[in-house]
Amino acid sequence: MRPPDILETLRQKVFGDTVRTFGWISLLLLILLAIAPAKNFFADWHRYQRGYERLISKRSDAVTLRRHFEPGIQQIWLPEMGVVDRCTTCHTALKETTLMDVTKQPYRHHPDVPHKAEEFGCSICHRGQGTATTVEEAHQSTLAWEEPLLPAKYLESSCGQCHQQDLTGTPQLNLGRKMLAQYGCVHCHAVKRPDGTLITATDDPPSLAHIGVKTTREWIYAWLKDPQAYSTTATMPNFKLKDEDARDISAFLISSSTPAPLKLVQTSLDEAKKVKDDATLQTKAASLYGESFCASCHAVQNAAGNLVGGNIGPELTKVGSKVKLEWLQAWLRNPHDYDPPTGMPHYRFSEPEVGLLTGFLMGKSDSDLLANVHLDAATPEQIEHGKRLANDYGCASCHEINGIKRPENFAPELTKIGSKPVNQLAFAPGVPPTLHDYINAKIRQPRAFGPGLKMPQYTFTTTQVDALVNALLSHNERALTMPTAKTVAALPVSHYEPAGKAGQLINDLNCFECHTINGRGGDMAPDLTWEGSSVQREWLVQFFRNPNTLRPALIRRMPKFNLTDAEINTLTDYIMTVYQSPKIDRDSLPASGYSPGQVDLGKQLYYSKYGCQACHIIDTKQDKGYIGPTLTHVGSRLTAAWIYNWLKDPQALRSGTQEPKRNLSDDEALALTAFLMNQKGRESQEAKKR
Amino acid sequence: MKCTAFILILLAAALSISCSRQPKTFVLVLKPIAHGAAIVESSGGKQSAEVGTPLGQPVVVQVNDEQGNAVPGALVIMHGPNGVVFDPVASLTDSTGQSTINVSLGTIPGRYQLTASTATKTGKTAELKIEEIALGYQEMVGSQLNDQYCARCHNQESTPERVSNYDNLEVKPHPFTEGDTLNKMSDPDLAAIISHGGPALNKSPLMPPYGYTLSKSEIQALVAYIRMVSDPPYGAPGIVYAQQ
Repeated sequence: MRPPDILETLRQKVFGDTVRTFGWISLLLLILLAIAPAKNFFADWHRYQRGYERLISKRSDAVTLRRHFEPGIQQIWLPEMGVVDRCTTCHTALKETTLMDVTKQPYRHHPDVPHKAEEFGCSICHRGQGTATTVEEAHQSTLAWEEPLLPAKYLESSCGQCHQQDLTGTPQLNLGRKMLAQYGCVHCHAVKRPDGTLITATDDPPSLAHIGVKTTREWIYAWLKDPQAYSTTATMPNFKLKDEDARDISAFLISSSTPAPLKLVQTSLDEAKKVKDDATLQTKAASLYGESFCASCHAVQNAAGNLVGGNIGPELTKVGSKVKLEWLQAWLRNPHDYDPPTGMPHYRFSEPEVGLLTGFLMGKSDSDLLANVHLDAATPEQIEHGKRLANDYGCASCHEINGIKRPENFAPELTKIGSKPVNQLAFAPGVPPTLHDYINAKIRQPRAFGPGLKMPQYTFTTTQVDALVNALLSHNERALTMPTAKTVAALPVSHYEPAGKAGQLINDLNCFECHTINGRGGDMAPDLTWEGSSVQREWLVQFFRNPNTLRPALIRRMPKFNLTDAEINTLTDYIMTVYQSPKIDRDSLPASGYSPGQVDLGKQLYYSKYGCQACHIIDTKQDKGYIGPTLTHVGSRLTAAWIYNWLKDPQALRSGTQEPKRNLSDDEALALTAFLMNQKGRESQEAKKR
Repeated sequence: MKCTAFILILLAAALSISCSRQPKTFVLVLKPIAHGAAIVESSGGKQSAEVGTPLGQPVVVQVNDEQGNAVPGALVIMHGPNGVVFDPVASLTDSTGQSTINVSLGTIPGRYQLTASTATKTGKTAELKIEEIALGYQEMVGSQLNDQYCARCHNQESTPERVSNYDNLEVKPHPFTEGDTLNKMSDPDLAAIISHGGPALNKSPLMPPYGYTLSKSEIQALVAYIRMVSDPPYGAPGIVYAQQ
């Protein structure tokens, strides 16, 4: 049979007469009508809802669970935030606490988080397409929709859309934000918070205006080639420069450097040169390095290869291969002479001490570092080329360089990077086509995205990269359009400046590097905002003379700055009058004259009821706890009013402190204050007896 | 006949399309140079990390021969529950007989048992079980609070940066991993000790009350964290009962 014949027979069978035609067309219509309900019946969400009913039917609390279950398409609609989320259609058990043991999706119970789905929806945190009712469209990047679900490790970025402050529950985001400011990202990329304020950098890239005074061209060359070879903790990234490019930039930097007035003291220079070959001088210098608590800020690699010390200043393991002897002795004498805004405090070292420390630090060198660096004298062409390169790589975004202006908007602004459309991105080969994978790869291997890119190579761990991706994803369109009622603004940046002569001293000693006062400063040492209400004047004077530590377990300590009596008086007067809490009246409680009964009661409470000896030491023979400060002399250190208020609510005076509030009655707090004020230290008690 | 052939071709085309949609997987085959007799853990076990994030330290395992000497060039293959990512999955031990593997845990909070295996000379496989913990949101908040308020006394480990107070205490606090003791205490009991201090359950007053410092949800988060890290693992009473 030929095909036309088949068609002919078919036509006769189907449309042979009216009844037949009607019958067939009716059947066709029925089938067409059945398509919609069938599609509905076989839809993903329907299948999942039936699965859920099967799942709960076998459980002992099936009746309750079935009562909670609402069949059909569910929707959370929050017009003011632009949320239309139908996720709860399939994710039926989000709120069922009795289904904690179910780990099969989509029936998992949602972990307890501070926000309710009814108030925020799902896609605000998880992204994805809220209106979709099929699995693929809701979760994955499809042709029509390019915002896939966020992987669990990037979820904290969503908290950052509204919360501009650090949260306990978002360690990754907190770290990422800190890194954005700390690793120089914001020197090149502008990043604005939703309220319009720019994120400001917290690092302090050194000025290169007088670089030739400080170091050699050879060191600059080696540093430019690989900063981490000099110091593993260096924040400067690797620009992957070619040998000749590093040669030319180093030539340009040296040629553009202007002289700086360095005070040279011949005796110190001679002393410094002696240290190298004199074992006794070396021991003396090492103990001066220790006594001055240089290690509170600077790290040095020990024999085992571990870094020991703080990370506020640069690592000093190979400092002798970097700086010039003349520069170092001038720097140690007064760092502000060379670099006024430096964070390094002005120690008032004596000349022999300057010499000792200079010699000691110059000995910390690595002969391998510059062994293979041989540079010929630079030609004018090389210097010109070096300047062009310094412009091209945006060196002046971070560093002050003579002859180059700080470029504006050197790199793309990242205020909306977290919602950048994927179709505007150029992906490197092998990078999955999602925004978060793009950002991740861009931080890990910026130069893999094409030739001629300028973004340098950082050495971050996986955790650090993930943290940065979290911070960047939080800067998106949604964060900018979030209703202000839902947002929590960042803590305002404090520009507090102490006034007068004391203010000059505070800046000269760089107290803010470690201490916070009125919201400005570091967190290594106690907040001093209310120090004047807290301590007794005499103690403070003694402390400046000889800063004994209050906490034996701490290795980072306050250095001795060798202040003169006049300087100490100026500082103490200022602290005692200006840094007062408005809520504490220093003179409301007496320093002494408590009844023996009160003192005894206080002692009982201290040792028996409240177990304070767990963390504090009063009797050095018997008490061992050393989390809190030693209290042997507390009666001559703190004011009674401060002790009383602290005992009543420590967190109110210093938030985040470990000591818990105990809800003491007024009498108990007073008795404990009496007992503590009685602790004036052994010497003063003996003095009293005499 | 032509019809049938046409339909067959159509079917074949459909089949090939549906097959090609499946993701292609490439299995990298590493050939071991040597075989050991046993596999042991060097470091990296019993860590905890937020769900879906990499563990802070990599897992390091070592392959030994019968005499207990390290075997370089032995093949180590990692297995784990769904969602766990190993980098790399299969590796050859280095010159010290060790393999270093970065691990990201899955998205479900809980304990993850990972297996490291290596083929022995006799053709059998030697296995090593390693346990890691993935912290959910609540447990993660608890772990942060633990760092801030509890660890100085409850964690025996002492570092120069963070000296432990454990040895200084007359009555020793229970490390949170001490499941034998802590698992016997109910959630409300733990919450009561944290809120009201040791004396609430007739225990030492050296444990101070944190009920006026921490919020209720923070204390719950701490309890969740303590339950998560306890060793042996904590089984909620309800579930144990149901199994019996």
